Formats: sequence, structure tokens, C-alpha cells
Amino acid sequence: MLALSTRALTKVYKNGVQALRGVDLDVEQGDFFALLGPNGAGKTTLIGIITSLVNKSGGTAAVFEHDIDRDLERAKSCIGVVPQELNFNQFESPLTIVINQAGFYGIARPEARRRAEQYLKQLQLWDKRNGAARGLSGGMKRRLMIARALMHEPQLLILDEPTAGVDIEVRRSMWEFLRDINARGTTIILTTHYLEEAEYLCRNIAIIDNGNIVERDHMANLLLRLHNETFVFNTRNAVLAAPNVPGFILRRIDDFTLEADVSKEQNLNELFARLTLLGIEVLSMRNKVNRLEEIFMRLVENRGAHA
Amino acid sequence: MAQVRWIGFQTIVIREYGRIVRIWGQTLVPAVVTATLYFVIFGSLIGARVGPMAGFDYKQFIAPGLIMMQVIQVSYANVVSSFFGAKFGKHVEELLVSPLPNWIIVAGYTTGGVLRGFMVGIVVTLVSLVFARLPVAHIGALLAAFLLSSIVFSLAGFINAIFARNFDQVNWIPTFILTPLNYFGGVFYSVSMLPLWAQKVSLANPILHMVNAFRYGFLGTSDVHVEFAFVLMLGLSVLLFALAVILLERGVGTRD
Repeated sequence: MLALSTRALTKVYKNGVQALRGVDLDVEQGDFFALLGPNGAGKTTLIGIITSLVNKSGGTAAVFEHDIDRDLERAKSCIGVVPQELNFNQFESPLTIVINQAGFYGIARPEARRRAEQYLKQLQLWDKRNGAARGLSGGMKRRLMIARALMHEPQLLILDEPTAGVDIEVRRSMWEFLRDINARGTTIILTTHYLEEAEYLCRNIAIIDNGNIVERDHMANLLLRLHNETFVFNTRNAVLAAPNVPGFILRRIDDFTLEADVSKEQNLNELFARLTLLGIEVLSMRNKVNRLEEIFMRLVENRGAHA
Repeated sequence: MAQVRWIGFQTIVIREYGRIVRIWGQTLVPAVVTATLYFVIFGSLIGARVGPMAGFDYKQFIAPGLIMMQVIQVSYANVVSSFFGAKFGKHVEELLVSPLPNWIIVAGYTTGGVLRGFMVGIVVTLVSLVFARLPVAHIGALLAAFLLSSIVFSLAGFINAIFARNFDQVNWIPTFILTPLNYFGGVFYSVSMLPLWAQKVSLANPILHMVNAFRYGFLGTSDVHVEFAFVLMLGLSVLLFALAVILLERGVGTRD
């Protein structure tokens, strides 16, 4: 079953901006799906239409086969949404916020209290449950929005940049939490600017640019399309000039740093062997940029060039 | 879905009640202070020189109007500030993304306005009893007049909040429309004192009908046809409810 299906979805705002230009998108039930795109590409508009915060101009959208035009209440009851901007009452307590949210989805108070305890504990907010939400840190506020979105145990969870402005430690713990709820059957659609996050979490991906879906594939397939990767090597001994290694392009960045462009057909063992012969000992190695980021930039830049 | 709607409705009302109680210094106290001042100045100081009106002591005459005036103002103020505050703080999205139909959202906020109107009405009635003896001539008419007036102005506040884009636009209607209508709504005088043309113009003021229907509930006297007053209040309630739901349905002021 499809968790989300859109056909020819368009949106033209009153000021004339065409945010979506006929988006066709399918997301399978159980998927962990990345929706990526540069700022202003149409991600938030697409999410807004699905969650009924934005009126569409044309096309159709269905959530678990509930059409948002004909069966909006059922479609909305399947969705939990974590928006990009904070949208809870800052004067209410986290406990009140999540219990009220459950009420808006028809969950009776006793059950809402039980779930509130469960999710606030899982997201490390239980100790803060009674204070005003405005006193929470940025990361806690983001986690509160996730707890709130989960209160009615939605089949589809939509997260619009959930880890923006969150420190690395909290971000990692949120990743593990999201992987866990996805493993237990919740379909997740994630938009993020941290492409490392999308690569780590998501199995399928769509890239949206200028209101169009420009790429839709399995994450693994997309990454396979990357023909060249740039690696950065840290060396034990000082390197005074870029070493000449046949078949490889090497650049000296500083005394102890080298960069190498390596194509998919080339063998890193061979490069290490040649460097060893030249007396260069490599201490550590990393990708210069995230692999997904490289593909993303190429796709978006190519479209920009053709526009 | 019926259970979802019922629990959702209850949740909105509980949230509104929580807001009224949490900021009681803003939601309950000012109405009491204002009503007390009116009773002291217009009732005791000036009223003693005015003499009886419509066959009642002046303080008795103005008491129902003063209670109704506060009910109308707080019903309106509660919904306009709560719903606009939710729009401004974006937490209206909690409701808009939920499966609750728009008519439940309107009904929930309206009930919140009525609830505050009721709380303020009770407190101001108690203040009135300090200054004047208040008989109850028709309890049914009294309760119906309170309920319908409160609903009408709660809905009007909701519609104001839908269109409002800033806090100025929230205050504009209470200051420039509601307050004059209240003062010309027969709270402090009987319209029979006015010249004929002014009496006819006054009949266009819905607050005149509300105040008199409420006064009829307490004192058994009214300057207008009470039956017409109830038809008017009922009609306005239905009309404004439908308008609020349609505006929410179309996303005016709430959806892009």
C-alpha cells in the first residue's frame, strides 16, 4: 500500500509564485523516505498540502488511499507532522501540549496521559513536563514536537527539518529514535538540509527543485551513480610536493594533507600501495564531502545550468 | 469519527478553560472592576439623582444591562484574542492538521467564549447584588438571552480573529464598534426616553435587543419585542456560525 501518493500536484500562491509544478510522488508504506531540495524548492509547500495547511491549486493527493479532497478527516488522522517552525503554545507545559494534541485526534484523557508519559520519557522530556514550554532549549522544543506528533501513533510521520539547530549528540539520539519507530512500522518522510542525515536514515529519496521532482530512486542506487569521490588523507610525515602516482590525481593541501580524486573503477589499495612505496604513511582518510551532497549539488546545479 | 469529534471538542473547551483560569487577572478581574465602577458612579452617585426608570430603581434598571455588557465584551474578547493568539503563535496548526472538522473548531472556541461569559456573568451578578436587589422574573428568558448573546459575540470574535493580521485589527472592532453599540444599547437608559427617530435607529443595534431580552429575564420589562429579540439572536447565531465555518473551510486567514 502507498503511504502517500500525489499526482500532478500544483500550487500557485496569490503572489504568483509557482511553488509546485505537477508533482507525482509515491511513498511506500513502511519506507523511510527523504525529500530533499534547496531552499524554496517546494518541500514545505508539498508537506503543507498533504497536511492541509496549504490549499492546493490542482492535482490530487492521497494518504493511505484516503483522498484529501474526498476523505480529508481520515487522511489527516493517519498523519503526524513535525513542522519546520515551532508551532506550539509556548506558555503551556509540554504535558498539556501533548495531551491536548492527543485529544484533537480523539484519544481519551487516560490513554493520552499514558502515551504522554511514554513519549516524553523516550524523548528525555519527562523531567520538564510541567514547566512552560518556552523555557525548553532548542533541541528540547524539537523533541517536544516529535513527541506531540506521535501521540496519536500515526501511520505516516512527516518531519520537516526536525534536527535543524540541534547539537550533534541530540541529533544522533533523535536518529536512533526515528529509526526505531520506523522499524516498528511507521512510514517516515523526512526533509533535511543535513544530507548525511538523509543518507544515514533513508532508504528512498526524491529530490525536488523549482517545484518539480528531479530525481526519485533508492538511496543505494543514487549513491552508485557517483562516479568520482574525493578523499582527504592525513599523513604522518610531511609531504613537500604532490606525489606523482600514475592513474590518480593527487593534490597537496598542506604539509600533512593530501587530496585524491578516485573513480568508481579505481582501487584504493593500489593508491595506498603506491603511497607506501613513496614513503608516505597515511594516518587517516575521509570523504571530502558527503556522497549524497555531491550528487545533490550536481543534480541541482545541472538543472540550474539547463534552466 | 463521532467519538473523535466529541473528544476533540471537549479538548478545545478544556484548553480554553485552562487559558481563562491561567490568566484570570486578564480574563475575569477587569470585568468585575469595570462593573463595580459603573455601579458606584452611575448607580450610586448619579443614579440617586436620576430617579426610577421603567418603574424600577435606577440601579436595578442598569444591573441587567451592565451584566450583559460585560458578557458581550468578554465573550468577544476571549475568542478574538485566543484564536488570533493561536494564529500568531502558529499553534492553530495543531488544530488545522488534526482530523477535527472545521465546525467543531468553531463550536469549541465559541463554547470557550460562552464559558468565560458565564464566569464573568456570575461574578458581575454577585457584584450587582451588593448594589441592588435583583428579582428573576423569567429564568428561561434570562438564560436564553445570556446564552444566545454570548454565542453571537463569541462567533463575531472568531470571525474578527480570522481576518485579523495584527493586534491592532484585534482591538479595532471592540474599540470602535462594540463599545459604542454597548453604550447606545439601552444599558443606562430606556429607549422610550429618546426621540422617535432615535428609537427607530436604536432598533438596528442588536445589543439593544440583547440587553432588553436579558432585562426582561430579570425584571420582566423590555423596551423591545422580546420574541423578536430571541429570533434575532438565534438568526445571528446561525448566520455567524455558518460564516465562521465557511471562512475556515476556505482557509481565509488560516491557510496559504
